[in-house]
Amino acid sequence: MSLAVSERNAPFWLTGPALLVFLGLVIIPLGMTVLLSFYDWGQYKGIVPDFTLKNWREIATDSYFFEIFLRTFRIAILVTLASVLIGVPEAYILNRMSPGWRSAFLLVVIGPLLVSVVARTLGWALLLGSTGLVNQGLMALGLIATPLEFMFTETGVVIALTHVLTPFMILSVWASLQRLDPQIENAAMSLGAGWWTIWTRVILPQIVPGILSGGIIVFALAASAFASPAIIGGRRLKVAATLAYDEFLNTLNWPLGAAVATLLLVALVAIIVGSNRLIERRYAQVFE
Amino acid sequence: MRKNGPLALFFHALFVVFMLAPLVIVCVVAFTPEGYLSLPTRGPSLRWFKAIFAYPEFLRAFYASLWLAALSSTLAILLSVPAALAIARYRFPGREAITALFMSPLMVPHVVLGIAFLRFFSQIGISGTFTGLVLSHVIVIMPFALRLVLAASYGIDRRIEHAAISLGADTITAFRRVTLPLILPGVVSGWLLAAINSFDEVTMTVFIASPATVTLPVRMFLYIQDNIDPLIAAVSACLIALTAGLLLALDRLYGLDRLFVGSGKG
Repeated sequence: MSLAVSERNAPFWLTGPALLVFLGLVIIPLGMTVLLSFYDWGQYKGIVPDFTLKNWREIATDSYFFEIFLRTFRIAILVTLASVLIGVPEAYILNRMSPGWRSAFLLVVIGPLLVSVVARTLGWALLLGSTGLVNQGLMALGLIATPLEFMFTETGVVIALTHVLTPFMILSVWASLQRLDPQIENAAMSLGAGWWTIWTRVILPQIVPGILSGGIIVFALAASAFASPAIIGGRRLKVAATLAYDEFLNTLNWPLGAAVATLLLVALVAIIVGSNRLIERRYAQVFE
Repeated sequence: MRKNGPLALFFHALFVVFMLAPLVIVCVVAFTPEGYLSLPTRGPSLRWFKAIFAYPEFLRAFYASLWLAALSSTLAILLSVPAALAIARYRFPGREAITALFMSPLMVPHVVLGIAFLRFFSQIGISGTFTGLVLSHVIVIMPFALRLVLAASYGIDRRIEHAAISLGADTITAFRRVTLPLILPGVVSGWLLAAINSFDEVTMTVFIASPATVTLPVRMFLYIQDNIDPLIAAVSACLIALTAGLLLALDRLYGLDRLFVGSGKG
């Protein structure tokens, strides 16, 4: 009898410590941030805890904020598309390699994930500068006459973020490729299908869930990326995350920064939850 | 299964170049003998690696990052093990919601978490302290620790534990001598993945680190914001070499595919 009681309470004792930590350190701080976005702020008076919609009105009406959020999501969409175009074929190629080569090249995919994003972005800053290797190479080949502008442009940010995030796409697609029966491909081939037909009619339909869930991860991480846009984009090319950083640590307008952060959070959670629902409904049979 | 054709191998080669180019260029530039950013065309020099020692703030930040990673991942594991056992074994009200809550730091942008912690810590008076850094890192690395411990916990046969208890072991002994050894691989790899993520975290930490508690990635980020020179390339090259060594060791010990690909499915 006493065993039954302790068995019933066990989950609460076991999850209790982590639950308390998360309530105290996630729910409360996030709640305070949302609250902060409704506070007043002035250059000389600082943060005043009076309820106001001032910050939200500013974000909604000032085209400056609209432009930055538009740029943030434009970059995120481009990075997601690029990661699909690079990651899907690469995952397929990796999957067809012999186990020895595959695990060697897996290091190439996963290794960069473990190197600090600051060091990786520094590499792109060195490569993409006006005297960087990419521009020097293109000029030596005679493809361009004057250096292309990568630094402080959206193109540069998209390139650096694609490098940072493509591994997530590869891992996600690869997970769904491993559930694929290689015999199906052979069957299609023996029935006379060309490689294009095999790809579009046999393989692609089966890995679409992997591509979509990889896409959600890449999109969410790209839209909230901070270090790469800050280093490659500089102060001139702001995205939502660097905007919030500037409001907090340079302008010191915390309530406005909190409103920017809240909007980013709500927009992302809505997109992630919404597309997850969509995928699960559309591809329910594939997930089972 | 068919072999990769020449076109596929060409694509693969381009991909490998794309992935490695930024890391290689950092390491090459770090060996320049010049006082400015350039390729070491006059032969390699260790000048900028020696220069790191003239900047003790990089070394101090490195030690701070190591401590922070070790401490926060240990705390995250201590919270994860009981939580994972409960989630894997029991069906209880709120189970799904609690799991989603523990995984939520993966979904909440780190910028938002940084802002939330900055506000919260300055309200409760631990702004800029090492304690604050540890607490915030425990939150962001918890999903990694929990996921791997959870994957290990699903796999164990509870009858072994029941056998131990029916043979007279108390709950603590059964956990220490039976359960823990069974989930140990998950615990160790969860700890490692959590520690690596803590060591690399920059977006959230940049909000809450004070000059006294600055971590290595944040120190590097702030340095790059001012100027990019061979010194920062040398620091990054050291970091890349360190990561490469760790990666090879991890691959030998566990197999990377197990750590990163197979781990998501509980």
